[in-house]
Amino acid sequence: MSSSNPLRDPADRRLPRIAGPSGLVIFGVTGDLSRKKLMPAVYDLANRGLLPPGFSLVGFARREWAHEDFAQEVHDAVKEHARTPFREEVWQQLIQGMRFVQGTFDDDDAFERLRSTIEELDKAQGTGGNFAFYLSVPPKSFPVVIQQLKKHGLADQTGGSWRRAVIEKPFGHNLKSAEELNKVVHEVFAPDQVFRIDHYLGKETVQNILALRFANTMFEPIWNRSFVDHVQITMAEDIGIGGRAGYYDGIGAARDVIQNHLLQLLALTAMEEPASFDADALAAEKTKVLGAVRLPQDLGRDTVRAQYAAGWQGGVKVRGYLEEDGIDASSKTDTYAAVKLEIDNRRWAGVPFYLRTGKRLGRRVTEIAVVFQRAPHSPFDSTATEELGSNAIVIRVQPDEGVTVRFGSKVPGTSMEIRDVSMDFAYGESFTESSPEAYERLILDVLLGDSNLFPRTEEVELSWKILDPIEEYWDSNGKPAQYPAGTWGPVEADEMLERHGRSWRRP
Amino acid sequence: MKIDLTDTTASKINKALVQGRRAIGTPAVGMVLTLVIVTDEENAYDALKAASDASREHPSRTLVVIKRVSRSPRDRTQSRLDAEVRVGADAGTGETVVLRLYGEVVDHAQSVVLPLLLPDAPVVVWWPVNAPLDPAKDPLGALAQRRVTDTYASEQPVRDLATRSGTYTPGDTDLSWTRITPWRSMLAAALDQVACEVSAVEVEGEEFNPSCELLAMWLADRLDVPVKRSLSSGPGLTAVRMDTTCGPIHLDRADGTLATLSIEGQPDRAVALKRRDTAELIAEELRRLDPDDTYASALRYGVDRLKASGPVPKSDGRARLALPAPVEAAAKAPAAQATAQAPVRQEPPAPEPARKAEVK
Repeated sequence: MSSSNPLRDPADRRLPRIAGPSGLVIFGVTGDLSRKKLMPAVYDLANRGLLPPGFSLVGFARREWAHEDFAQEVHDAVKEHARTPFREEVWQQLIQGMRFVQGTFDDDDAFERLRSTIEELDKAQGTGGNFAFYLSVPPKSFPVVIQQLKKHGLADQTGGSWRRAVIEKPFGHNLKSAEELNKVVHEVFAPDQVFRIDHYLGKETVQNILALRFANTMFEPIWNRSFVDHVQITMAEDIGIGGRAGYYDGIGAARDVIQNHLLQLLALTAMEEPASFDADALAAEKTKVLGAVRLPQDLGRDTVRAQYAAGWQGGVKVRGYLEEDGIDASSKTDTYAAVKLEIDNRRWAGVPFYLRTGKRLGRRVTEIAVVFQRAPHSPFDSTATEELGSNAIVIRVQPDEGVTVRFGSKVPGTSMEIRDVSMDFAYGESFTESSPEAYERLILDVLLGDSNLFPRTEEVELSWKILDPIEEYWDSNGKPAQYPAGTWGPVEADEMLERHGRSWRRP
Repeated sequence: MKIDLTDTTASKINKALVQGRRAIGTPAVGMVLTLVIVTDEENAYDALKAASDASREHPSRTLVVIKRVSRSPRDRTQSRLDAEVRVGADAGTGETVVLRLYGEVVDHAQSVVLPLLLPDAPVVVWWPVNAPLDPAKDPLGALAQRRVTDTYASEQPVRDLATRSGTYTPGDTDLSWTRITPWRSMLAAALDQVACEVSAVEVEGEEFNPSCELLAMWLADRLDVPVKRSLSSGPGLTAVRMDTTCGPIHLDRADGTLATLSIEGQPDRAVALKRRDTAELIAEELRRLDPDDTYASALRYGVDRLKASGPVPKSDGRARLALPAPVEAAAKAPAAQATAQAPVRQEPPAPEPARKAEVK
């Protein structure tokens, strides 16, 4: 984007950031993610007027489709899943740049066809050679696709144009494989042209953590070990593994969720104030805090893993993990993981961060709860404050995005009785502007080359350094506990907190 | 839930609001602003409808101030305030109070509105029609951080633009300006794609559409080149042509929905540029409540500095007086803009402004 454009003015806040001339190539375009998230997100962006004129979308998959079939598929996906209403004129704008390339990942001809499609689009649509390659493919296909892109010159940036790679989690399954993956990718794409999607970071509420902490004065002074007792970060799902047995078994909840989403949330909650809101400054602070994370000394006592057993989930009888199709009855894969981490710095020393995630828990919820210490002295007698818990600030990431503050308040009446109340800020209430889907924001950022919301190589590697020792301990010691489906996890996890006089919040 | 109050006061209305909230069981509300709509009875319905659609994005307390015209001198000396309080499902995502003012109180509407503003939240005043020429000096306008006018609905849009540039106060804004955001963003995107100097610009659109003038002034102000305003039969804006050192850039929209962007040396591209309805415009307007410096700067460029071609809307309005403008004919023909220029005016042009507000 030319910076000398006289029509651009930072003070002109109405003009949206529109991506420059560009196109998006999706590998694995027939997959679920592509249908449910990517295609609708592209349409929603177009509908909001954020895509450049001539934006092109290229699908690459094995299926025998003509361009029209592909367009039809996108059309259906958009109609079904898009957030914004379907508008014919927006569709007409989009459809002109839609192409489909049929082939497998090892098919040289197909990649040649992809190259000529891109060249044709540069001519017909004016995409200017700027293309992002979205790899919505299984991890084992990463290296081959990346190599093919290199071999056919698709990753070459010529004459001021850019080529970017977008990759999805998992970023490896331990430090070693993550490093290998990074090597493969960086051999072909420069580090600043690689965008790792962690869709949590595209969520408004997650970005709001930074606004809440650093734009206000009332939270930051108490955001430290002098006032905070502990922090709980929860990501719970009510579904089981569904049809993902092949992917999930052997990976487990900790690798699937803690390594990326929860550690990123921890970094945003605990990091120091960045010097500015640009990508480098943010990454520097996140890396610093992730580097300061210390594992518990006794991994057996302060980590818990478990598998869901058969039970009742929301009125439906469901199978246990070991009875799911395609799962070995002796599998030790965790579907629930809880760990206690500490952060070795002046702000957080001695404040435990409890991270937990699991499948088939009570309900689908993601939240960060900062729980404060009790008042050091209370002028009220103990019966008055019997029902008073700890103060807490809860950032609800999903669903029902918002912030809750919990504090004590006098119960109306003649006696002094203090009870917990909560004060609620709901996104849906104060800004009903339906927040953009995470993928919309992230795809736009990729096209703009804005890497604020994407974890970097160092962050990924640091996260594995935190998780690897835990996984290794689990591999060689004991076996997962069991919890009935539809509950909030195993008793072992409750005991882990009880030992320190704490308890899990019921989210 | 609706509560009707006849011959009432602001404090009774406040009580009714609390009572209404209690009754529907949501005592806590997260409304972000107070929107005051100042209008007459004819335009109230459409304006309120647009506002409650917009309230899905910006939960607000909407106060509709309807100034009733009293016919007899006796009525004019008596003053009365009627109110209709709507909460819950009847009021979009916020609360609505429709205030009907009769007689003397019409001139003191701010005394009714002031006690009903939400504490600490920003206030936006919107005049769908008959906006004051100096919104900030208006007693109601003075209460607000943001004052939204709509020159499109005015009788002499171009003259009003000229006047507003003189009275501009930070916080003023106009829906004719809001209407051109998609055009502005598309033109900026077009210039992102080429690295050339613009030497001349032509903005083409229907007559009496101040959006064309505003777009032309914005381009002239930002690009510092002569800009020509020319006429077409619409709908709305129809084309912008920029001459640049690397060939012409055209953005043409003949049908009001899909436009074509042509850049020299690049293939023609279709871009969606649909004319938006009033609710969308108000929603965009409420998204930012800080002063719009770009608007101010474009407005101050001055309408009379635009070069015109063909029969131009002169800023004094004389050219238009010559047009044949029977009121009935104009009311029938949707594109006709001439109503307002009928030399003898019995009444403000009846259904025109309401419908005009729909189109861009």
